[in-house]
Amino acid sequence: MAEHYQVAIVGSGPCGMSAGGRASEQNMSHVVLERTDHLSDTIYKYQKGKHVMATPDILPLRSSMAFDAGTREAILGKWDEQTDKLGVNVRYNAEVTEISGEKGSFTLTLKNGETFTAEHVVLGIGLQGNLRKLACPGGDWEGVQYQLDDPDEYEGENIVVIGAGDAAIENAVALAKNNNVYIINRRDEFARAKDGNRNLIEAAIENGDITCYHSADPASVSPGKLTLTVPDGEAEVECDRIIARLGAVAPRKFVESCGIEFPSKDPASLPELSPQYESNVPGLYIVGALAGFPLIKQAMNQGYEVIEFIRGNDIKPADEPLLEEMFKALPGGRSVDEVITHIRENVPLLRSLTPLQLREFLLDATIHVPNANDVIFERNDYTNSFFMIVEGSANIHIDENDPSIKVTVGVGDFFGEIGLIAGRRRSATVNAAEPSFLLESPRRSMIKLINSVEAVERAMNEVALVRQLRTYLLPSLTDEAIQPVLETAEVRAFKSGKVLFKEGDADDGVYLIRKGSVTVSRRIGGKDIVIAYVPAGHYVGEMAFLTRARRNATVRAAINTETIWLESESFRQMVDASPELRSEVERRLLTRVIESESMHTRPEAGNIIQFLVEQGVGEATDILLIDETLCVACDNCEKACAETHGGVSRLNREAGPTYARIHVPTSCRHCEHPHCMADCPPDAIHRAVDGEVYIDESCIGCGNCERNCPYGVIQLSSGAPKKPGLFSWMMFGSGPGPGENKVWNKANKKEDGSPKVAVKCDMCLNVPGGSACVRACPTGAAIRVSPEDFFSLSELSARG
Amino acid sequence: MHSSILVFRNFRYLKITLAILAAAILAYAIHDPLGKPNGGTWLGYTLGGLSAALIVWLAWFGVRKRRYGVGKLLLEDWASGHVYLGLSLLIVATLHSGFQFGINVHTLAYALMVLVIGSGAFGLYAYMRYPRLRSVNRGEGALGDVWALVAGMSRDCYEIARDLPDEVYTLVEAADKETAIGGSVWRQLSGKDPKCASTRALQQVRDLAERYSGRDADAARRLVRVLARKVELLTRIRKDIQYKALLDIWLYFHIPLTVALLGALAIHIVTVFLYW
Repeated sequence: MAEHYQVAIVGSGPCGMSAGGRASEQNMSHVVLERTDHLSDTIYKYQKGKHVMATPDILPLRSSMAFDAGTREAILGKWDEQTDKLGVNVRYNAEVTEISGEKGSFTLTLKNGETFTAEHVVLGIGLQGNLRKLACPGGDWEGVQYQLDDPDEYEGENIVVIGAGDAAIENAVALAKNNNVYIINRRDEFARAKDGNRNLIEAAIENGDITCYHSADPASVSPGKLTLTVPDGEAEVECDRIIARLGAVAPRKFVESCGIEFPSKDPASLPELSPQYESNVPGLYIVGALAGFPLIKQAMNQGYEVIEFIRGNDIKPADEPLLEEMFKALPGGRSVDEVITHIRENVPLLRSLTPLQLREFLLDATIHVPNANDVIFERNDYTNSFFMIVEGSANIHIDENDPSIKVTVGVGDFFGEIGLIAGRRRSATVNAAEPSFLLESPRRSMIKLINSVEAVERAMNEVALVRQLRTYLLPSLTDEAIQPVLETAEVRAFKSGKVLFKEGDADDGVYLIRKGSVTVSRRIGGKDIVIAYVPAGHYVGEMAFLTRARRNATVRAAINTETIWLESESFRQMVDASPELRSEVERRLLTRVIESESMHTRPEAGNIIQFLVEQGVGEATDILLIDETLCVACDNCEKACAETHGGVSRLNREAGPTYARIHVPTSCRHCEHPHCMADCPPDAIHRAVDGEVYIDESCIGCGNCERNCPYGVIQLSSGAPKKPGLFSWMMFGSGPGPGENKVWNKANKKEDGSPKVAVKCDMCLNVPGGSACVRACPTGAAIRVSPEDFFSLSELSARG
Repeated sequence: MHSSILVFRNFRYLKITLAILAAAILAYAIHDPLGKPNGGTWLGYTLGGLSAALIVWLAWFGVRKRRYGVGKLLLEDWASGHVYLGLSLLIVATLHSGFQFGINVHTLAYALMVLVIGSGAFGLYAYMRYPRLRSVNRGEGALGDVWALVAGMSRDCYEIARDLPDEVYTLVEAADKETAIGGSVWRQLSGKDPKCASTRALQQVRDLAERYSGRDADAARRLVRVLARKVELLTRIRKDIQYKALLDIWLYFHIPLTVALLGALAIHIVTVFLYW
């Protein structure tokens, strides 16, 4: 007779373990079935000493087990201890291969044939699944391993890392410090890895730190030797150790075999669940990463809650008090559930989210209840959050010169998408038309939402298109005038360096740049000379259209760029219908003609644009440029930076390229779409109203931003050593004087391994008067400037 | 955008300076003192007070420069004003003296002031001239880690010289071990090293190589090429050091002389009041 339990918990990760703890506390008969011989395999496999975070910070922990940010070892140790103390019934080496039956009498079969019966099943198996093993002959050699605890454990060995994902790259790079490392990549590039890791591995291969076999497959293994199939035959690699990071077989197949349905074939899709985490199979619950909640704290809360739900105790989620607090600002004293239902009903954009996803989304959002005429944001603010109207309405003032031109948006509409897409300043001022209820969502949540829910992107693009046309062409355009263009308009994306159209091509339409920037160049004397830089918010291609001639210039994306392509004929209809637009287009065209004629005689100025665009200035919003003819190398800029930022300079004056006496020092450019923000676990990187990209104190020092920054302007620093006060310097000469931190920092380097955090230029966000580097330049050599201003004709003609 | 301290803010500080000078000269022209013009008249005291205030303000630049992230003005405002108002002292203080000079502490203060202004004028000249030359000398790229570059070339020389006769190897070894960059102030300011071991090695290898043939000749040609590149790089580095030295050297006079001037000025003022 099989053992019978009230609840069987599959998996002993944070959620399964927490569920086991709660069940034990409540004296429910339970069993936790763990595939391996230890708890929480995913975390167990983290690298030795890895710092584990407890995000989201604001979410309270609700579990019978403790959890706080700390090292992998401390956390695992604590869990082992508490599982023991609570008397959780864990079965190790118990891999479940089959779950059958129904609520009240499920049967779970293990790999070894043993069976259990249970009234309820909680599935907390995560997404890691089973590791793929090396399948070639000899793959069972004891020198083959599938994880790496501590890269510092190995020294002077020949080690082969197989795989091209993030785990393989991280292992290879860490091992290369003390070992001779080979990496085997089945494909010809590392396309699957994160940008930061890809840069790391490519640099390591280029420097010769790691030897890479591309398009190679393991053919066989014998002790101490790996044979590979490579494009031109076979290759042999002598090795002391093979680390195979081949990913895992997703657990979906198993989950489906239990009768659980997935909403789509998309491998990223997750099973649909009730608010009580119950799947379409009654009595079978899913928690943790498989339920769409990959964070440890969320998973532990769910483990606790699922046991309560099974016990028939309909407790509120752990975030309830947070949402309650948030919704207090709303009039009418509505309950959390009421508000959430109300939001779902009123905002179509959020309708496709599951209740759990919506709660998570709301936790990141901010509630606004403005009165009539309250300003939501101003034109030229650098904020890039996104607003949805739950109740009330708002006026968008799209014309800078005429506040009477406004577009009113109502319940269910949204605004702020232009800034979000372009990564640039707000293009309009928005104020509330009546007392309203708005939801403001930060950039990161929105990007996550757009990337994960296709319907959101589509809905957003449709509305954005009309607004972008108005904003960038002519604010007073009527709906009827726009209609013909809209029917043919499409969003076209161009990677950095790709050509939108070539000189001599036939006219195929007008390109409105909604994200990124382009350069315009012409062939002069057999060479491509850049004659203009055109940022987002402007259009190109109108010249051929108006003159009915062939393209007279080549337009290239300076960075990754998105354009709205408008077909010529429909654009012509629109222009013909609106004399105002006609003169606007004509006026811009004439400006362009004057510019291009002037630049003809100044190829040097064009070369400056070309050079700066090559340095990535096209995506900058504000860049430090040093005029070498004025710079006396006093380093007062660096000193000022260090003095205003805790002793560590965030700029390196001397490093960086120079062209035509313009030097681009290593210093943050505050990109339109900051690369550093892309992968920041605690979401510590933000953009301030005036455009400054800065890192707040929640940085955990993971180094992702440092790796992701293509310009090398972020450093990890444990802070400067304390320096003696001004008085003791003046009277006794102890320590460095004002501005003399550099040598002092070097000589008094902290050796205690104090934690490092990422530091970068914040454009002196909190220093009155702005950038200390520029203000401390005695000769006027250093300026901070936006590329548009710098690329203006008057500026360039002074240099050309 | 970029603008030098001379043209800064459309010559704002030149205009202020010219206004002060015009007022001072006009007052001096119409002032009719008892006896010769001197520092003891009301105008003399006014001009003296103005000069002293200017000197103290100009000296304060050293402090202001090190106060980072404060104040409404840019440091360039201060620098531009420092240049024009500093030069104006030559006229204001001379008017204050009434052209009376002698062997005394008063004239000492005046002489020190002239030296400070003179060294500052050289500094201004250096700031206007050398950054451009330095930038031209550096070319498009930063020189980067020059030590690594030089060391790399030395390694290449060794590599080639291994197969060449000992006489050449010895020269290459000397070129590696005895080549110096920087050195004494004079060496830095001269921008040259007449005893540069690499230059010497280049000449001598060339002379020796004339007699080689076959593989030796090939290797020697390669060696000469690398050595020539190294000498060219060394020349550029030394020029770079020279420009930097010229940009810095005047401060070693300007600052100590300023301190001396402040001392002499204090004595001048105290003794003047003793005459009362």
